[in-house]
Amino acid sequence: MAGQISISRRGFLASTMAGGLCLGLRIPVPGAAMAQEGAPTEVNAWVVIHPDDTVVIRVARVEMGQGTLTGLAQLVAEELDADWEKVRTEYPTPGESVARNRVWGPFGTYGSQGIRASQQYMREGGATARAMLLRAAADRWGVEPETLTVSRGVISGPDGQTLRYGELAADAAAVEVPSEVTLKDPSQWTIAGQPVKRIDTAPKLDGSQIYSLDHTMPGMLNAAIRQTPVPGGKVAGFDANAVRDMPGVREVVAVGEDAVAVVADTWWRAKTALEALPIEWNEGENADLSMDQIHAMLDEGLEAEEAFIGTSRGDFAAARAEAAQVVEAVYHFPYQHHATMEPMNATALWTPERCEVWTATQDAEAALAATATAADLPIEQCEVYRFTLGGGFGRRASSHDYVHQAVAIAKAMPGTPVKLIWSREEDMLHGCYHPITKAKMVGTLDADGNLTGMHMRISGQSIFAGLMPEALEEGLDPLAFQGLNAESDEGEFGYSVPNLLIDHAMRNPPVRPGFWRGVNNNQNAFYLESFMDELAHAAGRDPLEFRRSLLADHPRHRAVLDAVAEAIGWDSAAPEGVFRGICQHMGYGSYVAAAAEVSVDDQGQLTIHRIVAATDPGQVINPQQIEAQIEGSFAYGLSAALLSEITVSDGRIDQANFDTYPVVTMREMPEVESIVMPSGGFWGGVGEPTIFVAGPAVMNAIFAATGKRVRTLPLASTDLRTG
Amino acid sequence: MARIRVNGTVHEVDAEPETPLLWVLREQIGLTGTKFGCGIAACGACTVHLDGIPMRSCVMQIQDIDEGQEITTIEGLSPDGTHPVQRAWAELDVPQCGYCQSGQIMAAAALLADNPDPSDEDIVAGMTNICRCGTYNRIKAAIKRAAELG
Repeated sequence: MAGQISISRRGFLASTMAGGLCLGLRIPVPGAAMAQEGAPTEVNAWVVIHPDDTVVIRVARVEMGQGTLTGLAQLVAEELDADWEKVRTEYPTPGESVARNRVWGPFGTYGSQGIRASQQYMREGGATARAMLLRAAADRWGVEPETLTVSRGVISGPDGQTLRYGELAADAAAVEVPSEVTLKDPSQWTIAGQPVKRIDTAPKLDGSQIYSLDHTMPGMLNAAIRQTPVPGGKVAGFDANAVRDMPGVREVVAVGEDAVAVVADTWWRAKTALEALPIEWNEGENADLSMDQIHAMLDEGLEAEEAFIGTSRGDFAAARAEAAQVVEAVYHFPYQHHATMEPMNATALWTPERCEVWTATQDAEAALAATATAADLPIEQCEVYRFTLGGGFGRRASSHDYVHQAVAIAKAMPGTPVKLIWSREEDMLHGCYHPITKAKMVGTLDADGNLTGMHMRISGQSIFAGLMPEALEEGLDPLAFQGLNAESDEGEFGYSVPNLLIDHAMRNPPVRPGFWRGVNNNQNAFYLESFMDELAHAAGRDPLEFRRSLLADHPRHRAVLDAVAEAIGWDSAAPEGVFRGICQHMGYGSYVAAAAEVSVDDQGQLTIHRIVAATDPGQVINPQQIEAQIEGSFAYGLSAALLSEITVSDGRIDQANFDTYPVVTMREMPEVESIVMPSGGFWGGVGEPTIFVAGPAVMNAIFAATGKRVRTLPLASTDLRTG
Repeated sequence: MARIRVNGTVHEVDAEPETPLLWVLREQIGLTGTKFGCGIAACGACTVHLDGIPMRSCVMQIQDIDEGQEITTIEGLSPDGTHPVQRAWAELDVPQCGYCQSGQIMAAAALLADNPDPSDEDIVAGMTNICRCGTYNRIKAAIKRAAELG
């Protein structure tokens, strides 16, 4: 950790402006003269203080369960020396952000960056507000700020006098922005770093938390939508008259070229009418798309001459020629759906002058851009109001198609607010799916069982290519190598393999991909860590010892591995009939490892007895919430590893609801023991990283139990019966 | 017009007889704490009590409910959020995104009303609701805590 950080005013402005930020006080704010009795005061963009001492901390990143709202509030409250009991949060809108020169920085909440990418400027925001409150108190008392102390929002003077933040906020807003602030060293933290309770729990216990899907407005109508069943298909025609007289129906609207919506007074009536609406489709060129075609594309990529080289060191071909033993295996990770509990939805109100949207989004700025585009209005005439998400997992960052649609429908009914809700079936059939890939793994061992070389050929779909081709680099996708990069603070390949080649043959089936919690780390960790296990067994070596021998140059990778090995008791025998697997990976700036204990009965039934998972995220803001993220990531990761899969037949997604897309429930959920071991000096993410190691830890344990190497997920497709 | 009794109050609602209770609660009565998740009784986000029995309201048609039956939603579980399940949920900081938690809490409350001291297996058998955030282990611990508080 950098410890005490001093920043000059000039440096602060320069650095923050470079990032598109500015301090709130550079904008005119209500000063002392304007302060009204009972009115809150914006001390700066991050901190609003009410006369009753309530401190409102503005958070641009969004809460979707991962605890970011609480964590960022802890950091600001820490630097502010606020009374944690009096801290509340609120979301600024992206429209306000546009009007204020992006004072809050990026809104995007993905890539496990909600805290790590915001912490510096938000802590500075808290520290700056504290300094201004101190200045205001010092001026009141005619003393120097250095003579004052602060505790829980109360400033004490040298003669024992006190002033509360609520009494000083208006004055503080009017004082000059300090030329420098000093951030606390984490060792001084009393709010941050502590396992405080989440700030947003109470309304989630009595039904009072309002999600986007719960939003309502006077005169609001509801829309149900049907989109093309085949990607690339278009609406050929529909017979609106067939449903116009059904109860509650107000309008039938073509939405773009590929969807039709029914608008009614209630959503249930809209959905009922939609189901009765005759729609003809022009299914287009993907009408015969099948998994056989997709697999053929991927298989060709596995052997292709040309591929994008991500990491290359030494000479793999030479290592292969000299190898005492060559091990080869092909792995596969299927499409996955996000399946957020709250289906996609948005409410829109359009007039020729203005368009407003109420929705759940992981990137309110992107939602605002989608609103402006669909509304055909300047961005300044649009606004997006957001809610706590009923799950995100990347879906609500991958595409704002549901916002586009809601606005398009509302535009057909000027002045009437319309809430569009996707049925679960629409949600699952029109996802942004975790991309499909395969990998061909080749490893070379010398006569002593040392790993001399590895070639990892990934073949498959690029998320960038499917969603944002402008992010490709000369047509290539560096994101394909998450967790496999030679040198990276984000996700570094940990093993010292002298001859290493990792490359990607991009093959893009016409199924829309998306960012799915953990993104490409999921398959990369499954491929690499399963194959490392294969290599260890081929070399006749212990899987832990084999890995450790290659991690000498990456002590943090090795430390998390050692931590789970020790906790699971790797050096001692497992209980009778119980077998262990272990793995490690690095991603989103954090080092993670897991060990699993499983048994498989003679009917092939898997039981996961125990999971131990470790993470070194560098810095810890709320350890109990990190534990919650670790547990949750295993539920999500094991759903994909054990049960879930999206497939395509005749151009259509085969799975439409939880009956055909099974996920982990309490029945399948293992006990998870968490080890949170921050080593300091960096800020890693926690929302995603442990998902990477969920699958491979269990699959490696299954191999130990059965001798069967699971190379294709989900496990449900493998017969584990013995004998 | 259908008449249903929700959280102690009788409501007259204008809905077709096939309309699921979930949508009557949400759209006609304005009780949005009960959530839409799947529409096929698979996820449990819409769980309410019908005469104390946990039911998935997304597949329960309004015509099959008698005015004499008492429907309890998350909003009516306790007057002030102090049902032992709610207290235990708060103590253990159970929710993440929170969207499924109304249903989880209603399922847990019904489980405990029926079985005040459930075993692990009783809990697993009684709690089939889906949570994509993966709060299952805290839910299990909170049910045990609620049993102590209850």
